[in-house]
This record gives sequence, C-alpha cells and structure tokens, in this order.
Amino acid sequence: MARATGLPDRALDLVMALFEAPINAVERLIGKRRMPYLFLAPNLVLFGIFTFLPIAIAIGYAFTGGADLLISDRPFVGLDNFRKLLTCDSYLVPGSCEESLFWTAIWNTLWFVGFNVAATLLVALVTALILNRAIAARGFFRAMFFYPVLLSPVVIGLIWKWFLDRNGLLNAFLQMLGVPPEIFLLDVGWSRFFVVVVSVWFHMGFYTLILLAGLQAIPKDLYEAAAIDAATPSRTLFRITLPLLGPNLLVVLILLMIRSVQIFDEAWVLTNGGGPGTANTFIVQYIYQMAFAGDLRLYGLASAASVLMGLVLLVLTLVQLRLGKKVES
Amino acid sequence: MSANVSAIGFFTRTRRAGRIDITDILSWLWLIGGTLAVLVPVLWAGMSSLKPEAEITRFPPTLLPRTAVQVEVSGFDKPLSLWTVTVDGETREVAMVRRIGLKAQMVDPANPGKPVSVDTRSISPVQRLTVATENYTDPLTRFSFLTFLKNSVFVTFVATLLTLIVNALAAFALSKYRFRGDKAIFVLIISTLMIPLTVVMVPAYLVIVGVGLVDNLWGVIIPTVASPTGVFLLRQYMLTIPDELIEAARVDAASEFRIFWRIVLPLTAPALAVLAIFSVLWRWNDFLWPLIVLSSRENFTLQIGLNAFQGEFSVQWHYILAMTFLSLIPVTLVFLFLQRYITTGIAGTGMK
Repeated sequence: MARATGLPDRALDLVMALFEAPINAVERLIGKRRMPYLFLAPNLVLFGIFTFLPIAIAIGYAFTGGADLLISDRPFVGLDNFRKLLTCDSYLVPGSCEESLFWTAIWNTLWFVGFNVAATLLVALVTALILNRAIAARGFFRAMFFYPVLLSPVVIGLIWKWFLDRNGLLNAFLQMLGVPPEIFLLDVGWSRFFVVVVSVWFHMGFYTLILLAGLQAIPKDLYEAAAIDAATPSRTLFRITLPLLGPNLLVVLILLMIRSVQIFDEAWVLTNGGGPGTANTFIVQYIYQMAFAGDLRLYGLASAASVLMGLVLLVLTLVQLRLGKKVES
Repeated sequence: MSANVSAIGFFTRTRRAGRIDITDILSWLWLIGGTLAVLVPVLWAGMSSLKPEAEITRFPPTLLPRTAVQVEVSGFDKPLSLWTVTVDGETREVAMVRRIGLKAQMVDPANPGKPVSVDTRSISPVQRLTVATENYTDPLTRFSFLTFLKNSVFVTFVATLLTLIVNALAAFALSKYRFRGDKAIFVLIISTLMIPLTVVMVPAYLVIVGVGLVDNLWGVIIPTVASPTGVFLLRQYMLTIPDELIEAARVDAASEFRIFWRIVLPLTAPALAVLAIFSVLWRWNDFLWPLIVLSSRENFTLQIGLNAFQGEFSVQWHYILAMTFLSLIPVTLVFLFLQRYITTGIAGTGMK
C-alpha cells in the first residue's frame, strides 16, 4: 500500500492503530470464517433494538390500555383499541364514529393522497418528458426542479407560510389584479389546496429524476424508426414512450402513494398543526397527537392506529416490490 | 448500419434545426414557469428577511428592503419622519410634526421655528435602502440559535460518521464473504425499508425511554445509524471490487479488519461519498423523530428550534425568515457543489 499522504489517510491510520489490536484478538479467538458475523453485529443489533423490537412492542401495546409506559403496568384490553378506532355508524361520516378524529384524519389523508398523487405524477411526467428532449440548458433546469427536494420540510413550511401570508406576495399579486386579499391558510378549501401545492413543489423533482432515468433507458432506434415512418409526435408519445415507461410509472405511482400516506412534516408546519380546525389533520399527526402531544399519552390507541397504517403500507410495498421485479426483468 | 443511423440522425437534426416547433415554445414556457415557481417563494423569503420589523408587514409589500428616514429636529423630543413635499412647483424635504385628517403640520429641519400646514395627498415618505442586519445578528445573540446550530452540526456529523462505518462493515460482510445465513441477513436488512419511521415511532420512543436517551442528542443519532439504503448502496458497489485483491492481501497475512479498513474502504470512496451526502441531508432536515425525542430547548436541533420559534413568536417574521434563511445556506451549498452525486445516487438506488 502507498504511504500515508493526505489527512484522510492519516485519520484512517489512526483508527487502524486504535482498533486493530482488539479486533485482531477477536479474529484469533473466533477464526477468520466467523469474522463477517462480527462485522454485521453493530448493524444487526441496531436494527434489532430500533426496528424489530419496536414492531413487537407496537403489536403488544395495541392490545393494552392506560397511560403507563411500562408494559407490565398496562392493563390488557384485548381488541378494545381496534374496536374503538373502527366503531362507526357510517364510515363516510367521521362525526358518527366513536373516535371521530381518527376518521377525520383518514378521510383527510385519502383526499390528500388522491390529489397529491395525481398532481405530482402529472407534473413530474410532463417535466421529465420535456427534460428528455434535446433542449438547451437542460442540466440547469433539471437542477432547478430538483433543488426543493433537498430543503428541510420546516424551511419549506415557513417559506410558503410567508408567501401565503395576509401581507404576502401572493396577496400583493392578486391585489394588482383587483382581487381582494385572502387569508389562505385559515380557509378550509384554500389551505387543503395549498398543502397539495406545497407537497408537489417539494417532491416533484425527485419523481422527475426517476422518470427521466426511465425515459433515457428507452432505446433511441425506436424513435429513429418512428421518424422514418413519419409518426406524429402524439403517436410517438402514446405508442412508444408511455408504454415503455409504463412499468416505471407504476413504481413511481406506488412510491408516491407510500410517501403521501405518511404526510406530516411540511403540512404540520404550514398549517400550524393541522388547521384550520382539523381540516389538515392527517393520519401520522393523529398518531403523534394521541401518543405525544399534551397529556393524552394514549400509547395503546396510537399503537393500534400505527399497526393499521403499517398494514396498508405493507400491502403497498409488496405491490411495489412485485412491480419492481417486473421492471428489472 | 452505424453509417445508416448517423445519416438518419443528421437528417432529423437538420429538419429540427430549421424551424421552431410549437412544442418547443410550450416546453420553454413550462421550464421557465417551473423555475420561477421554485425560485420566487425562496427568494421572496430571502428578500423579506432583510427588511426591518416595521417594514416587513407593509402591504402591498416593496421589493427591496427600505425604511422611512427620521431626523432629529431641535425643539422636538422625538425624531421626526422625513417627507417630500411639493409646494409651488418646488420639491423640499420636511419633517412631519403631526397629522390631522387631510392636513399635516410640517417643519423645515433647518428652520424649525415656522411650522407649515400641507395637504397629505401632496407628500410622500422619504425612504432609504437599508438592510436589517439585526434580523440576523439578534437571533445569534439573544435567542438560542447558536445552540440549535451547534446541536444540528453535532447530530449531522456524528450520525453521518457512524452511518458510514456501521453500514460499510455490514456491506463488507455481505459482499465479500460466504457464510451461513448471508442471504437471509441481507433480505432481513433490506426488508426494514418496508418499516417507515411513522409506523414504529410510538414504540421506538418507548425503547428510547427504556435505554434512557429521552431528550438526549444520542437518542436522535443512534436509532437512525443502521440504514438499509446505506447497506444496499455500499454492498452493490463493493461487489464490483475484485476478490483477487482481497485474496492477495490474505496471502500477505493481513487481518480481516485490515483488509476492510486499508483495501476495501478506500476503494469504496465514491459510494461512501454518495451515502455521506444523503446522510448529511437526512440529519440536517430531520424533523419528526427529533420532535418526539427532544423536549428541552438546550437540546433542540435547528429544525425543532425553528418550529418552536415560529410557534412562540408567530408575528416576528423578520426573525423567523432570517433564521430560516440561515438554515438554508448549508443545504444550498451542498446542492450547488454536489448536485451531480445526489442525482446519480437517486438514479442508482431509486431512494432518497
């Protein structure tokens, strides 16, 4: 090996000097063949404690009541939490449910997922198709659309809150057009609309990138053949591009659904915690509120809701994996 | 064949270059519109963060940060605001004493003895371009902004370092050894991708309570260190490193750890760089998990601090926007210099 030259090399040497002796002692003890288990140990221990153990706990807690933290102090309540969440005169009317906030959150989330998935997919697809053309400054535009993806949800929530403020730029612009100012985030309809707008603004660059990678994998000679046949652009789009992009579109669709169901961060900051009223209270916020906000500490109910949401996400993920395999083959 | 293809390419190119299609114009409109949609809210927040408190909520807003100019006039206790007045075709700058209905009493700062009464419709305030640097300096000294910043830097740095080491070790074991259960362990690790934080946040918090890391920065760091994305990314890269290198080192009696640390790890540098960038972004922007774990102000990260601050001082937009903009800077720098790595990383794994 080359002699240590730069600072990174020296840092590597230092760690080597510190850890080599004890790790080599272990190697002599257990033998070379068992070393991979040692290398995997930190990772598996962390996954065990912070991923697999919580799943077991979530399922256990979902069947207990009370506000105590220790499972041994918690009374077993059987299916009570699930019964409470799922008891409704009509599932279409949250007010008729025993746990009406849960159903309000579910309906809010469903509406959000519907609009957000449709809008993001459409915007990302159009942008990817345009960026796939031979157009000047393509790299610049691709980077521009991608920039919001890197920002923090809190920052995005605050930037948009200011943009939509009573004294904000949007109202100033509307006033120029003679439209009276509106407090967008205190209006049920407008606030829901802008939660979708902000979500599309935030995430579309990510999906554009995935769709663009799919578009660039379509063989060029197909387009050349279409050009020879003098196919119209719309015919090329619907007969070549979209069918060949189909599997990628499905993967993006499912990924988008999985992420949209979990909407929380930016919506929470933008709407001051789900407002106005409960117009923008989504399912993750419901779980958060039941378990952590205020003095409720209803860990059992929150766990039961988590388990239900986890099942929905699991089904979506399994569908995605199946589709992903099809894309690869 | 290849001559044929290039001939077609040449043919289509000349045909395209000859005229500008309607779809070209629509494409440009879409791209420019999109760029504006991305930039305008961000730049608007940036411009607003330079405005003084009194100016920031003025409606309709001005584009540039400006303040009304005030002057000291002898005989008056308080400084008076300066206005431009046009009297008899002559424009003068005078100070306003008081305003009664449509009339305003003005004095000439140079000659304060004789107040004159003028029509308020004929006057306009004198404004100067001012940058409210106090929006940025106040939070640094008066509020806990520096503490938030320090906590965020600590969490980001330590978590990224641990993420790289722990996942590289696991990826090394899964790519360069054959052992009992290797496939099962790989599937097990990848399967954790299916368990998002939102599903396990309640019980994960209970685990954090159990190990005594509530309201502790380590409680934010440790649960996120093992990353299925990280293992997957590094393993795929390590599979391309030739096994002969490792065999040769074994012949030279190198220990397994030395092979990892001195041969495999340096060769994995490009993949490690991609994971490091992702990790920095994850930690810097992380919100829900720190929100659950951290409860006292001195432990807040930047994002939690910003959120708490906007809840407490909801009208102090001049401070909120300045701090928002400060927290935007590192991410924007990452974006400007490392954008290429990030886009390749996403295209390669389909994850973020």
